Amino acid sequence: MSALSERPASPVVGRALPHESAALHVTGQALYTDDLTPRTKDVLHAWPVQSPHAHALVTALRTDAALAVPGVVRVLTAEDVPGINDAGVKDDEPLFPREVCFVGHAVCWVLGETQEAARRGAAAVEVDYEPLPSVVTLAEAVAAESFQGAQPTVERGDVEAGLARAAYTFHGELEMAGQEHFYLETNASLATVEDDGRIFLQCSTQHPSETQEIVAHVLGVMSSDVTVQCLRMGGGFGGKEMQPHGYAAVAALGAVLTGRPVRLRLNRTQDLTMTGKRHGFHARWRAGFDGEGRLEALEATLTSDGGWSLDLSEPVLARALCHVDNAYWIPDVRVTGRVARTNKTSQTAFRGFGGPQGMLVIEDILGRCAPLLGIEPHELRRRNFYRDGQLTPYGQTITQAGHLERAWDQVTREAELERRRAAVAEFNATHEHLRRGLAVTPVKFGISFNLTAFNQAGALVHVYKDGSVLVNHGGTEMGQGLHTKMLQVAATSLGVPLERVRLAPTRTDKVPNTSATAASSGADLNGAAVKDACEQIQGRLAQVAAQRLGVPVPDVRFADGVVSGLGTTATVPWEDVVHSAYFARVQLFAAGYYRTEGLHWDSSVMRGSPFKYFAHGVAATEVEVDGFTGAYRTLRVDIVHDVGDSLSPLVDMGQIEGGFVQGAGWLTLEDLRWDESEGDQRGRLLTQSASTYKLPSFSEMPPVLTVRLLERAHEEGAVYGSKAVGEPPLMLAFSVREALRQACAAFGPEGTSVDLPSPATPEAVFWALQEAREGDVAGRGGGLVDGDVEPGAGPRPPGPDPEAPERRPESETALHELSEA
Amino acid sequence: MTTTSPDTRQGSVPAPEVAPGLTVNGTAALLGADVTPHTTVLDWLRGRGLTGAKEGCAEGECGACAVLVARPATPGADDADGAGSATEWLAVNACLIPVAALDGQEVVTAEGLGSPDRLHPVQRELADRGGSQCGYCTPGFVCAMAAEYYRPDRAPRERDHADDPTHEDADPAEPASAPDDEHGPNGFDLHALSGNLCRCTGYRPIRDAAYALGPPGLDDAFAERRRCAPPVPRHTRLEADGARFVRPRDLAEAVALLAEHPDALVVAGSTDVGVELNLRGARPSLLVAVDRLPELRALATDGEEIVLGAALTLTEIERGLGGRVPLLAELLPQFASRLIRNGATLGGNLGTASPIGDAAPVLLALEASLVLVGPRGERTIAFADCFTGYRETVRDADELIREVRIPRPLARTTGFTKVAKRRFDDISSVSVAFALDVEGGTVTRARVGLGGVAAMPLRALATEAALEGMPWTREAVASAARVLGGEGTPVSDHRASGRYRRAMLEQSLLRLHAHHRDAGAGAGAAS
Repeated sequence: MSALSERPASPVVGRALPHESAALHVTGQALYTDDLTPRTKDVLHAWPVQSPHAHALVTALRTDAALAVPGVVRVLTAEDVPGINDAGVKDDEPLFPREVCFVGHAVCWVLGETQEAARRGAAAVEVDYEPLPSVVTLAEAVAAESFQGAQPTVERGDVEAGLARAAYTFHGELEMAGQEHFYLETNASLATVEDDGRIFLQCSTQHPSETQEIVAHVLGVMSSDVTVQCLRMGGGFGGKEMQPHGYAAVAALGAVLTGRPVRLRLNRTQDLTMTGKRHGFHARWRAGFDGEGRLEALEATLTSDGGWSLDLSEPVLARALCHVDNAYWIPDVRVTGRVARTNKTSQTAFRGFGGPQGMLVIEDILGRCAPLLGIEPHELRRRNFYRDGQLTPYGQTITQAGHLERAWDQVTREAELERRRAAVAEFNATHEHLRRGLAVTPVKFGISFNLTAFNQAGALVHVYKDGSVLVNHGGTEMGQGLHTKMLQVAATSLGVPLERVRLAPTRTDKVPNTSATAASSGADLNGAAVKDACEQIQGRLAQVAAQRLGVPVPDVRFADGVVSGLGTTATVPWEDVVHSAYFARVQLFAAGYYRTEGLHWDSSVMRGSPFKYFAHGVAATEVEVDGFTGAYRTLRVDIVHDVGDSLSPLVDMGQIEGGFVQGAGWLTLEDLRWDESEGDQRGRLLTQSASTYKLPSFSEMPPVLTVRLLERAHEEGAVYGSKAVGEPPLMLAFSVREALRQACAAFGPEGTSVDLPSPATPEAVFWALQEAREGDVAGRGGGLVDGDVEPGAGPRPPGPDPEAPERRPESETALHELSEA
Repeated sequence: MTTTSPDTRQGSVPAPEVAPGLTVNGTAALLGADVTPHTTVLDWLRGRGLTGAKEGCAEGECGACAVLVARPATPGADDADGAGSATEWLAVNACLIPVAALDGQEVVTAEGLGSPDRLHPVQRELADRGGSQCGYCTPGFVCAMAAEYYRPDRAPRERDHADDPTHEDADPAEPASAPDDEHGPNGFDLHALSGNLCRCTGYRPIRDAAYALGPPGLDDAFAERRRCAPPVPRHTRLEADGARFVRPRDLAEAVALLAEHPDALVVAGSTDVGVELNLRGARPSLLVAVDRLPELRALATDGEEIVLGAALTLTEIERGLGGRVPLLAELLPQFASRLIRNGATLGGNLGTASPIGDAAPVLLALEASLVLVGPRGERTIAFADCFTGYRETVRDADELIREVRIPRPLARTTGFTKVAKRRFDDISSVSVAFALDVEGGTVTRARVGLGGVAAMPLRALATEAALEGMPWTREAVASAARVLGGEGTPVSDHRASGRYRRAMLEQSLLRLHAHHRDAGAGAGAAS
């Protein structure tokens, strides 16, 4: 066991504890950024003037009428910016734009004594626009060659040779929609100016350091002039990694110019129409299998919809390319990526960060090809799993293939998949209008930021004279339970009871230069930094305790608030040791630091070992589909997930279940629609409210949801043997999509391959099952095995309905091509 | 027997005029000078520092703003403990309701239910079981869950096969006494939480918390409050920011007010008006509250016609009818969320005349009529003649919807199909209501109401004609289904394509037949 991963006796980590703020949450006493507004005097409220055009030049901006509205105090425009007029780090996101690039783009902001005054003021601002041509869909972007940023390729071997070698090759397309974060708390900032002119910014941000840097560059001041605090967030999911910065800067600018606190809180419509979402992707692929269904080669081009600016689109794309393999060994691979530039919100980080989109490509391929290969989907997946020692397409060695195999076998056994597959077949044979599907899918997800520099963290731990402990660290709390875990880590490292330790809100003046709380890395990085700080303090206290106990320093032990020594029955309370240490002039606070060792990544060739380790999981899902409407219900879900040795099992279970349901939402229910017409609403987000963009609710919760943590999964490379858990469970939801696919196929003859759009809404499922029912692709799997089917034979699926608002090209059915070999 | 509303039992004369205010968490508070007719309960609470209730969507979809209000106990609800409840705690969306509408009422927020060192049982279960992650939706869940915790007729259920939801014989018609996918062994109805969204947990720990709740304790002040009379409505008049909010004393005053101000906005549960205020910036100059007018709250089930007062909430109708109109019993649980149904009224749903409102297709199929009241007296309109265009009806601007009348006998073969993306709390892309009589294997009478396939709700007249006189066989039904698929003028939008809407029309009749294949067979055998 490594020093990092080893747990002492009676550790506080590993205990199932509720969220550290649970009692505050349930009583409504937990404060979020906007809850501070009624507690702050003389606050001004900010309201945006939003563009009605997808793309236009701002030719004139007249604010006189707004200033005449009672209660309007000021209108903030580009002329007010003393520093750099940019909300991002790539100089492509003007905060006050002269060229608006999407419907809803904020042109300027009105400050009012009340929100009502600011809103009325914004309505009175007069803006002249000169409309420009716009690009709304991915297809339009590809046709216009509207791309932005790098176009990387992950490549290994000779993909053409691999395809030529394959016994069976297929090709197809897949278009998957994006996803709105829909954190329940919309973006919010509250800026105040301190007596010496420094800015204090309360902000709902996953990345306080970057918020600080961007506020500083907009104001033309140094980072030391700006302090950012994040009390907690009402959800983040990646949506507050880059997106809050510009809004924080507007609030800060308003506070500097008026001398009064400024509150900027987006309402839901504004948040939906202004902030970035998960990237939708298009994939075009060719895949080859050998005679036993083993993958021989994969060639694919992934195009993501980046929206109007880059922000995180490049690293999102890199992670997508690095996850196209998911859990499968593919000898020859070439996967190329590109980011489309469209006139939409700037798509951004979202739980999984491109990984889900990459993995969906291979899972879609396997799901579509299995019937054509005549192999059960679960068997096809299992047959292609990595083995230890094999390399990923980008060159990282697989070392924990056994974890995934054990998880797979456990789900198969405990969820009684064999018996239930037979029961599903029986159900399907005896029901005319209902079909069930039961699918099992794996997850392998790389943990660490691809960019090596981000894999560092800091902490500041104070022990006060009375023995109480205050922990500061660089991570932010957005509901994922990071603070709960950090309390457990600190109590474990110091050997004190949990009640001794408190945690302070995240602030940039406590721990500087932090990385975003993102990439599932919060507990790994900050936990190791907290542990480092605690161990420094404990090392100093051990010197003091050794004298009191009369034992050598290495023999001092700290546990549960009691300090003892090997070979003596004498003990000293923690508080006494701390008290003595103060009078012995021993430093009782420490800055902790951690950087992840052993990572390397060369983005110019997309090769290296960017991940500290992989997290694994397996899910089996059973669904029931109604043949009349395409409506469906998830009946049962069984999950085994690898969190290493859990730091906090109740928190981890919550992350697994919540991630699964959020992933299921992305793949089935959540349906972002933009106006793609040529009319005057072009580019407008049509689903810009909770009544039109539907999240999973109680009706989508599976009545049976069983989650188990993989046993014997100690992780050497992470704090107290744990693994990251934030993102990987989202992709367990592939099992829902594959179960729907199988249920649709069961409406047709055996061997039916179903092409399922994403999201698989009831309408999409209805058309898929209709197609299966009509038998368009029926029986071709059997024909494939017999070798008697001509390529492209059989009727083609119906083309898109000219009246239907198809926002994505209807993807091809996976077609069998005769191998050249 | 005609059941009158508890309001009337309390006496139809509202309390004397006093300065507008309400009781929040047991403390009286006046509405200050900054309160306008458009100030929502949520903004008012938060402005007072009660920031537990949150704004998540501002349109009654997410429930983060849910608070408890004390209401007259719903007619038809029996007490589990037989102690008799005059008052019921209901959860509503604070973001939708003008605070002036709660003048004289009692509100409880998550802060009022408990504190970190004295957690309410609902709060305790949620906290201990991992029911909160980011915590932002949590106070709303706490309030919605507390309302169900205190529901007077919530009673434990006999455990049956609840452990195996994949059991193949699930029969939606089985008696509601057994726990099922949507009811806990403690009688907790998950539909109580259908208007609350959580983006973090995936809901399982919240369900477990809900199902772990026992009955309220004997010393529980909120349970005790139910035994006393509910707060009565006040004769509210609030004027600010160039606008007025008026709660008339009685129907006569309401009618007179509307006659004088035909542009006034009639407000009942405010579940639609609230959205207009919040998301579309509507600032009506006169709001007239009618939801507590006794004359609009009749509920009669035993006469020639079933009478449903326009100001009854959907929850009151759901409980008051108790399944006596199967088509409505099928509709109501699918109608928005419990939080919305606690405020929304039938009159409001019909008054907005939305082409996708779910009540209209059902009432069309039931051949209901609408009673309008105005300065020229009362008139009764057949539902089929009610809608004249997109959000337009025959109702004059100075008329109020008084009640809905449903003729007896009810059709024996009925079915309601609602097609939407989400099962709980979603807006229909298509809704179809069938009311058929099948005798001797032949369809003798068919009424079909449609929503979502035209600019207004409509009757599927061609389908009705195609069905009547035809045998109730698969082949004949398939033929009529094709006719149904051609009714209306469905369009494509973000909810569904026109093609899917047409397919759903067709499928809805096939589905009805599949579920009622043997309808009228008994009579057929006898003849």
